[in-house]
Amino acid sequence: MKHRTFFWFFLPTGLAMLLFIALPILSVLFQSVHTPHEAVLIISENCGPFGCKEETTIDQEATKDLRLAEPMGRFVGLNIYFDRAHLAVEQVRDAWQSSDSFASFFDEISDLPFYRAMGFTLTYTFTVTPLLIILGLMIALSVNSLHRHLKGLVIFFSLLPMIVTPLIGSLILFWMFDSRGILGSFLQWIADDPDLSLKASTWHTWVMLIIYGVWHAAPFAFVVFYAGLQTLPQDQIESAQIDGASRWEQVRFVVIPHLMPLVTFVALIQLMDNFRVFEPIVGFNAEAHATSLSWIIFNDLGGETRQLSAAATTSVMTILGVAILLSPVLVRAWRDFKEKK
Amino acid sequence: MAGAALFMSSYAADACNISARVSIVGNEFPAIQTVGAGAQKCVGADVATNLTADHQKINLAGMSGNPAEYTSAIIANSSIVALMNDDVIRPIDELVAKHGKNLKKNQLITINGKIMAVAFMANAQHLIYREDVLNKVGVKAPATYEEMLSAAKKIRAAGIMENPVGGAYKSGWNLAQEFNNMFLGFGGEHFKAGSAMPNVNSEAGVKALNMMKSLSEYMNPDFLTHDSNATNAEFRAGNVALMNMWGSRAATLLDADGISQDVKDGFNSAGPMTVGGGSTAASTLWWDGWTVAKNISDAEAESTFIAMMNGIDPAILSDPEVAKQAVWLLDGYKPTEAARGVFAAAQMNTIPYPMLPYMGLMHSALGAELSDFMQGKETAEKALADVEAAYNASAKEKGFM
Repeated sequence: MKHRTFFWFFLPTGLAMLLFIALPILSVLFQSVHTPHEAVLIISENCGPFGCKEETTIDQEATKDLRLAEPMGRFVGLNIYFDRAHLAVEQVRDAWQSSDSFASFFDEISDLPFYRAMGFTLTYTFTVTPLLIILGLMIALSVNSLHRHLKGLVIFFSLLPMIVTPLIGSLILFWMFDSRGILGSFLQWIADDPDLSLKASTWHTWVMLIIYGVWHAAPFAFVVFYAGLQTLPQDQIESAQIDGASRWEQVRFVVIPHLMPLVTFVALIQLMDNFRVFEPIVGFNAEAHATSLSWIIFNDLGGETRQLSAAATTSVMTILGVAILLSPVLVRAWRDFKEKK
Repeated sequence: MAGAALFMSSYAADACNISARVSIVGNEFPAIQTVGAGAQKCVGADVATNLTADHQKINLAGMSGNPAEYTSAIIANSSIVALMNDDVIRPIDELVAKHGKNLKKNQLITINGKIMAVAFMANAQHLIYREDVLNKVGVKAPATYEEMLSAAKKIRAAGIMENPVGGAYKSGWNLAQEFNNMFLGFGGEHFKAGSAMPNVNSEAGVKALNMMKSLSEYMNPDFLTHDSNATNAEFRAGNVALMNMWGSRAATLLDADGISQDVKDGFNSAGPMTVGGGSTAASTLWWDGWTVAKNISDAEAESTFIAMMNGIDPAILSDPEVAKQAVWLLDGYKPTEAARGVFAAAQMNTIPYPMLPYMGLMHSALGAELSDFMQGKETAEKALADVEAAYNASAKEKGFM
């Protein structure tokens, strides 16, 4: 394609990307290095249905001039990035100096919101992603070997978990896993422990969330792999059969190599998705045991006093996190591109 | 039907005429629905309402523009702070003088000498209990949290209920609110006098947490996931005999399908409890009221005021269903049976929820950091130190320190 043709072809997409991707990211970056002005506080007498009381309020008149002069707020550089709610540089240094073993260091670190969220998010991402790829592949292979009359119906039902809205899906499972729910009672009966509660233990909550994550995303992997299986070259399978390859060997040496580009694709999408894990934490009311960066943003914006700068900072860190996570795959894609050139 | 028609026509009699647009945002519980519907009876211009549980996420954004999308936000003493901090609501002294002569003085929320809101109902958390269950073990309704614990112990020992105590201890806002109650009951103060410096890592804070921990041993083990809805469901199902619950929910607690006769007959309510031998109730007082936006024309502000006044016309109390919806601060309100707990809370001089610019940040910090202690992962002192550290970071960001 000529450069000129490419330019006009790409222009609408490029403009849309600029408007909907680049500008919001710039705006978030900008917000993350600014905070509201120092509030001018005064003591005033406040009255209401329950009598009068001396209380602190903000002097709006005094704060107004500051706001008009600098509507963006105070420039604070990377201060918010380094405060306790984010990278917590100071607290990490203290923990490093005061702790005598790695175990106690990690114990102290996991008490800080950012590191606690990362602990869960990374565990979730790196268990759910491989598990859902394996499960998706297994479903695709089994559905592919079904009789053609059955396929349509089975495909429809296998897709259901993905069709259910994540928040609703997790709420349904949350109620089923309740100690008075059908799955919760069943587990109590199996474990012979009437006090067993999955929601009260951090470890159980993590397992529950991971199972939910796999359940929800496996259909996506399944659909992609199933589509890939339709393009599987039959002559290769036949020659493998003639060579005496078992079913497992056919899968291992013919099917999987054929699907490998799709595995990379699914892994890429799911790494990104799982790193942004959010709905199951809200749906399972799991914030006491598991948090994620997305959940922190939601929490900062949902409080009675909104913390826009803190939320913006966490957003930038999420973008950086995704970039780091995807970098091996992106580097590989870049290398392939160079080689082809 | 005829009664309803009569009721409607009595409204039309004192017609409410407005000349400019009115747009209301607020929470969605029944009392607020009533106020919104009353405002919408006005004629002459458009009155829109957006009543949703997510009102706090949209009211500030919807009032920050110029002109503001919402001309009035229905808020409580906790949430008015966010609107005042960002200077999006206007003083309404002149409008009160012109159109609000019938308002009682205690309905006017005055901040630094200016009227900023009109309150229409009061709320508080207080004791809800099962009289039949307490009778079985021979104790009367607890007046202190210590008595609540011993009653719970007896109920469990008698094999009536395994986890007789209910509590909205869900990690986040609810857990923080239960801490606030207990902390104030032990005589604690959230901030060092006259400053934004935190003061929760104190003797009162540790005692409050330890009492919450003791109570949680008599709760459903999933307590960190239970908000007030889930706690009410436990009570309705007959699994809970004692709980600290919102007055605004007590009135409608039994209005659900499938509640057994035992629960219905045994239901009773009382004032909030005290704790640790103190005389201050371990609870907080709340009001709900409405405000008028700053960034709108004076004509819109006046129409909004008139429409909202129509929403809280004392005539609405003639409908018994409406009278039951809340502890109304309106003229002519007679407390219903369901209002007993909130009235007791007011009489005990319960402390109102603090209306401080930085209280919201403290509440968020408490909600995020206390669950580790409740799970036994760290000591009370460590949890409270974490709360103060988290609060300091957010207060610095917002320019309070």
